[in-house]
Amino acid sequence: MGSADLESLYRNESRKVFATLVRLLGDFDLAEEATHEAFASAMQQWPEQGVPANPISWLISAGRFKAIDTMRRRARFKVLEPELTRRFAEIESTNQAVSEHEIEDDRLRLIFTCCHPAIDPKVQVPLTLREVCGLTTEEIASAFLMSPATMAQRIVRGKAKIRDARIPYAIPSLSDLPTRLDPVLSVIYLVFNEGYSASSGDSLTRVDLSDEAIRLARLLVELLPDPEAMGLLALMLLHESRRVARSSDVGDIVLLEEQDRSLWNKDFITEGRRLVEHSLRSRRFGFYTIQAAISAVHAEAKLASETDWTQIVALYDVLLRADSSPIVELNRAVAIAMRDDIASGLEIIDTILSRGDLQEYYLAHSARGEFLRRLGRRDQARLAFERAMSLAKQEPEKRFLRRRLSELDG
Amino acid sequence: MKYMLLIYGAENSWTEDERKACMIESMGICDELEKQGKWIASSPLYSVTTATSVRVRDGMKQITDGPFAETVEQLGGYYIIDVDNLDEAIAIAARLPPAKKGTVEIRPLFPLP
Repeated sequence: MGSADLESLYRNESRKVFATLVRLLGDFDLAEEATHEAFASAMQQWPEQGVPANPISWLISAGRFKAIDTMRRRARFKVLEPELTRRFAEIESTNQAVSEHEIEDDRLRLIFTCCHPAIDPKVQVPLTLREVCGLTTEEIASAFLMSPATMAQRIVRGKAKIRDARIPYAIPSLSDLPTRLDPVLSVIYLVFNEGYSASSGDSLTRVDLSDEAIRLARLLVELLPDPEAMGLLALMLLHESRRVARSSDVGDIVLLEEQDRSLWNKDFITEGRRLVEHSLRSRRFGFYTIQAAISAVHAEAKLASETDWTQIVALYDVLLRADSSPIVELNRAVAIAMRDDIASGLEIIDTILSRGDLQEYYLAHSARGEFLRRLGRRDQARLAFERAMSLAKQEPEKRFLRRRLSELDG
Repeated sequence: MKYMLLIYGAENSWTEDERKACMIESMGICDELEKQGKWIASSPLYSVTTATSVRVRDGMKQITDGPFAETVEQLGGYYIIDVDNLDEAIAIAARLPPAKKGTVEIRPLFPLP
């Protein structure tokens, strides 16, 4: 095994080693240090002595002994308490060889611990990216356009909460699973959306975070094949399939109906559709699966004009029953406009806005402007686009709206 | 691991019958926890109108009527339990009748050396 192989082993497997060490050592920081030391030992020993039959087991075992060394060193100046002696014996005696199954369970334990509802959602996201995905604090900070100090502080806060409040390192019981899975899914979706449409800045997409989210969801589905976890993975794959098509060479937004559908990633679409069908068959699906199903209907249409809007409106009706939010209503309004006529869609948007909802949401005003433009009501369309313009945060969004405004003048 | 469960709620949200039923149910849970060796202490508190706050500033004792903070939900009782971890504490907190109307705040006890 060369150093390149070891590097790829580190990238792909070090978080497995870490997850199991957290369970064995009961301490995130100690486990992190032990993981690094185990890989350092491997770098020294493997080139001379050959790669062990089971590298992961070897690394876990090496990490465990390194941690015992560290704990002994730290305790040297203290009286060796019976508690500590007992702990050493326990760590030494557990798991001569950790099974593949246990390693998988440890990864799941790590995910559920980092996304425990007792941890602030603002902390869950960076904590998961750091501990489960192994991103560095600097990488996470730059992905979220925040200072590394702020991110580091949040991660430290999360680890302190786990330690001091004694959040167990455990997979939730079946009866707790529904409440415990929700924050895990929302952390993953948040990471994806941050990557897919950055909340500010001049680049429309940040690839790394979306990749991380898809990787996390794949891991979750593999470890825990829950219908909504599948639905979420499907939703992200179907969105991701349009990444290349949704912005032009110069970074301008290309609307779904104007996209070059031959650019869509067919592998992602196939996988996404398979997952949606699987989840729908379970009959225990929810919010993510229904949205994925809507996205799958779009993916099935070879041309925008062939889109099955009747089915999409029906799916939005189901979605509204599962999650009645103004944003879902807005999306349904667009589907109604496409199925029936523009005026009906406009009427729904006006109802939402007159209720006071979505006043600050640029897409509501942008959609309204588009409907007014198509109805030939240019002056009102201009006002709506200008309102959208004042609310849009990203450069590509602003460029899109500027283009629409200049078309109205032309 | 010891945790304190602080019971917060609006004092006027209970009828007299509900309050009695809540007491009986809570005492049942305490008995059960005590048998399992998980109960340390618990008690309901008199209404917040009986609260007195004391502050010592520059060596001077200041005594005022009322609680530390004026909020909609007041501290109405507490439990101290000894369980394995936060999930177990959450499971017990969720069984307490006041959790249905108010809030149960779980705080780990800082162990003294």
